[in-house]
Amino acid sequence: MTDIASSPARLPGWLSALRNILAYLLRSPTSAFGLAVIAVLVLTAALAPWIATHDPFAQNLDNVLQPPGSGHLFGTDELGRDIFSRLVYGARITLRIIFLVSVVVGPIGLIVGATAGYVGGWMDAVLMRVTDIFLAFPSLILSLAFVAALGPSLGNAIIAIALTSWPPIARLARAETMTFRKADYIAAARLQGASPLRIILKSIIPMCLPSVVIRLTLNMATVILTAAGLGFLGLGAQPPEPEWGAMIATGRRYMIDSWWLVACPGVAILCVSLAFNLLGDGLRDALDPRQMNRR
Amino acid sequence: MSTGRRRLRRAAGQLASVAITLLGLLVLTFFIGRMMPADPVRAIVGEDATPETYDMVHAQLGLDRPLWAQFLRYMGDVLTGNFGQSIRTGQPVIQDILHVMPATIELATFAIVIGAGLGIPLGVLAAVNRDRWIDHAVRVFSLFGHSMPIFWTGMIGLLVFYAWLGWVGGSGRMDYFYIGMVPGRTGFLLIDSLLAGRWEVFRSAVNHLILPAALLGYSASAYITRMTRSFMLDQLNQEYMTTARVKGLSRGQTIWRHAFGNIRVQLVTIVALSYGALLEGAVLIETVFAWPGFGQYLTNNLVIGDMNAVMTCVLIVGVIFILLNLLSDVLYRLFDPRTK
Repeated sequence: MTDIASSPARLPGWLSALRNILAYLLRSPTSAFGLAVIAVLVLTAALAPWIATHDPFAQNLDNVLQPPGSGHLFGTDELGRDIFSRLVYGARITLRIIFLVSVVVGPIGLIVGATAGYVGGWMDAVLMRVTDIFLAFPSLILSLAFVAALGPSLGNAIIAIALTSWPPIARLARAETMTFRKADYIAAARLQGASPLRIILKSIIPMCLPSVVIRLTLNMATVILTAAGLGFLGLGAQPPEPEWGAMIATGRRYMIDSWWLVACPGVAILCVSLAFNLLGDGLRDALDPRQMNRR
Repeated sequence: MSTGRRRLRRAAGQLASVAITLLGLLVLTFFIGRMMPADPVRAIVGEDATPETYDMVHAQLGLDRPLWAQFLRYMGDVLTGNFGQSIRTGQPVIQDILHVMPATIELATFAIVIGAGLGIPLGVLAAVNRDRWIDHAVRVFSLFGHSMPIFWTGMIGLLVFYAWLGWVGGSGRMDYFYIGMVPGRTGFLLIDSLLAGRWEVFRSAVNHLILPAALLGYSASAYITRMTRSFMLDQLNQEYMTTARVKGLSRGQTIWRHAFGNIRVQLVTIVALSYGALLEGAVLIETVFAWPGFGQYLTNNLVIGDMNAVMTCVLIVGVIFILLNLLSDVLYRLFDPRTK
């Protein structure tokens, strides 16, 4: 009886928090736009085979560099492939990149930051020094170096971006941990005999989560731009993959006469990265009014 | 006496931490360099060298020694300014890089002037009009600059302002016709053309510089705007602002003299950090504009797989970043009355 009563009571609590956040976000037109674009992106990626009007890899050399309209919504590229369908399938690549990077970067940053902040002492000094070294490079330059060493491919680009984007998360998690390391509830947990590992996992990391989630969302815009930059330089996804940055790179040669080859993927990148920036901005206000003007 | 000593000790601590970071930087570039799939020996001896030649070069490069010995050798090389030879030009890498650096500095300096000139007033404007439509407009404008893929905006900019409208020069640092007309005394084209008294070259250089610098500056202004707004809000919310108003100062006076006066130091550090971040955008924008600077040098060497050149570039960017961080820290200490 109690089991039945308590489990539905807990779920709506969590769900209603999410609903509150969503309601808050939808009230501001900018974050509503961000949410809408991301929803469209996810749906497009999920339903790509049904949305795409053509096979994204099918070449048609009789029908190259067609302007938008005339059976091809965004025209065709230098090999006669339908640009709209390529963009639709490219959404899958974009989502894959941000999902994989976030899944790797979030936990690493949280654990490094929370450990450094909670344990302190030499552990803090060593971990933060390592973080500083990675922070000493702009993310694109360090990713460039890693991809150059690993060899150009989409997988290596994802690894390189992940390797370069955990330090800001770790910094943030450490700063958050420092603020409540001395809190009474942590002391209570310690007095009850909880191990440092348990305290970090159960008491500290959940407290860091909101700000880390905001930071991850804001990071996604950077991740998308870095991935597109790597693709543009030929170090990310390789042809014939319909990655948006790589599409811009190949379209560059035909740009003067066929602007749509470059314009369409660029607008897609711009929309998605703008959406994540707007959403992150909105989340910052929704989850933590205290920090509204900070970071 | 005691404050002097404390300051000295703090400076020493900071120097030590910079030294450790630099050492870490070397470890990082060293290992990235070792990870590379390209065989450095093959790159030197070529495909059809005999095994004996191969082994000889292998030993010459010190690749047969243990990893720590290789690292010590690498560190010694770097500290004595020996970064190896470029495969393409056969010259020392560092000499090539110093040769292309002025072009990038010229571009980045113009960009930061545009970025700060745009970002700081917009940030103040947004803070003063907090939560009104101006604030939202500024926020969207600056987020836009932060969200655009700069290589793409560069291409669209070239298409619109050069190919269609013809308002600006195309790619490169000057019109093709003028290349080699001005002796390169400093490497900074604007200065060189003025020294030589060639106005037409100067004008051509400005024409070519304006678009990439404006785009880079716009993207840098996003961060500057956001930080200016946030610093200003911190000040505007404080009670001394009300006191100043009660004392009879006008709104403009309180905003510019009091609030803005207090955030100037913070702004200097932000602009210094943004200057470093510009290097990242420079890599992409130089590729698009065929700008013969550091970024293009880096990407060209990536394509041909010259790891000596690439790793030296990465190392230099890291060092510039650390120095800018240090500089902004020092500036903060020097000018902020509260840290005395």
